[in-house]
Amino acid sequence: MSGIGTGYDLSATTYSPDGKIFQTEYAQKAVDNSSTVIGLRCKDGVVLACEKLVLSKLLVEGSNRRIHNVDRHVGVAVAGLAPDGRMVANRAWDEASSYKRVYGEPIPGHVLCERVGSYVHMFNLYWSLRPYGATLLLATYDKNGPALYAVDPSGSSLRYFGTAVGKGRQAAKNEIEKLKLAEMSCREAVVEAVKILHKVHDEDGKKFELEVSWICDESNKQHQRVPAELLADAERQAKAALEDSDMDD
Amino acid sequence: MDTMTPSTSMPVSMGTSIIAVTFNGGVILGADSRTSTGNYIANRVTDKITPLCDNVYTLRSGSAADTQAIAGYVQHFIAQHQAEEGDQITVKTVANLVKMMAYNNKDFLQAGLIVAGFDKHGGGQVYSISLGGTLTATPFAMSGSGSTYVNGFCDKNWREGMSEAEAMDFVTRALKYAMTWDASSGGCIRTVTITAAGVKRQFIQGGLIPPTYGELPREQVVA
Repeated sequence: MSGIGTGYDLSATTYSPDGKIFQTEYAQKAVDNSSTVIGLRCKDGVVLACEKLVLSKLLVEGSNRRIHNVDRHVGVAVAGLAPDGRMVANRAWDEASSYKRVYGEPIPGHVLCERVGSYVHMFNLYWSLRPYGATLLLATYDKNGPALYAVDPSGSSLRYFGTAVGKGRQAAKNEIEKLKLAEMSCREAVVEAVKILHKVHDEDGKKFELEVSWICDESNKQHQRVPAELLADAERQAKAALEDSDMDD
Repeated sequence: MDTMTPSTSMPVSMGTSIIAVTFNGGVILGADSRTSTGNYIANRVTDKITPLCDNVYTLRSGSAADTQAIAGYVQHFIAQHQAEEGDQITVKTVANLVKMMAYNNKDFLQAGLIVAGFDKHGGGQVYSISLGGTLTATPFAMSGSGSTYVNGFCDKNWREGMSEAEAMDFVTRALKYAMTWDASSGGCIRTVTITAAGVKRQFIQGGLIPPTYGELPREQVVA
């Protein structure tokens, strides 16, 4: 089978002639083909929202978690291969825990982001390991305020006001750019996030669930799932907005 | 009888009076300056106030060697932390590092430290780490053999939100009484004031410390 990277894509320790490491690029593809995950950093906190395709009627609602708690003040949303993301989230938990033990204070967002980035990058260095096929969106709220970071399979980590990963990321990012996040509260951002996910969802008839979490002043600076009534209300608004735009067509 | 030769087999200890107080805008750390080896005063002008980093200092009591070693390690850990964190380290974190050293090595150490400093998140803070590694945060703290003589004085005269001048007066008077009554404390008074503006060191020569009630006037140091 000949593909784009033939001959140079068998291991993470081989460069291609044009300077790419194809294994890392392929890992990135695993993320690009997964369901959409978005993160929004507002004036009083951060919102994470995942679109989860329900693959079987036999699955209990709410299973296949994509958002994990790393510490009270840090939450992580996973896009890409779920088990890979889970491994990285566990590592983040370890880092946060050891930092707290040694320094006596909760790990600052930028330190955790660096550590997770270094860890993920390490898997791009060795022949015997494969890169993680997951991107993590970190939502943190420390003494310097709220922050949103994204760590991708290459190990590079960037801080964002808002970002999207996965299948619908292009359309989602277009929508996010229209938002005035610096003036928005998390409550409002939850509604916007849900609207965006509904809008960019592939209309192939598959049922999908949403997993939305936040960390903000309203949640006492703790990372938790968004209250059920807020989520239900957001879904209602999102469906109404879609119908409106359908009627316009 | 060999009463004149110093006993070098006795541990060098800082029978000490050390005190740290928070005031409106920062902290003041104060200490006496006597280090004794048995009855011999090995150093009568000791500096017991040691910097751990730019904004946090520590007062040392107990074994001089042990406290110097702990301070050295903590300075190193702070440097490591700063490399990752970037932002100025908080007083609480420094105190936690000192506690970890004291607690994890409790079988080998004899060290009572007071950690005090200023950071932009918590303002002026004082933390006490006692022999077993207990960490307590208080508005003011005192330690060392001389502190027992001034417990009553400090409780009576401490006030919340003092000005820098009032706090300095409180510290120097407390140390003066401690040095009068405790044989293991004496010499001169050293203070360090830490605020948002930075660090200021002051020194009160032994002869210039006002005598306590009933004491004869002290002799001035002959130049």
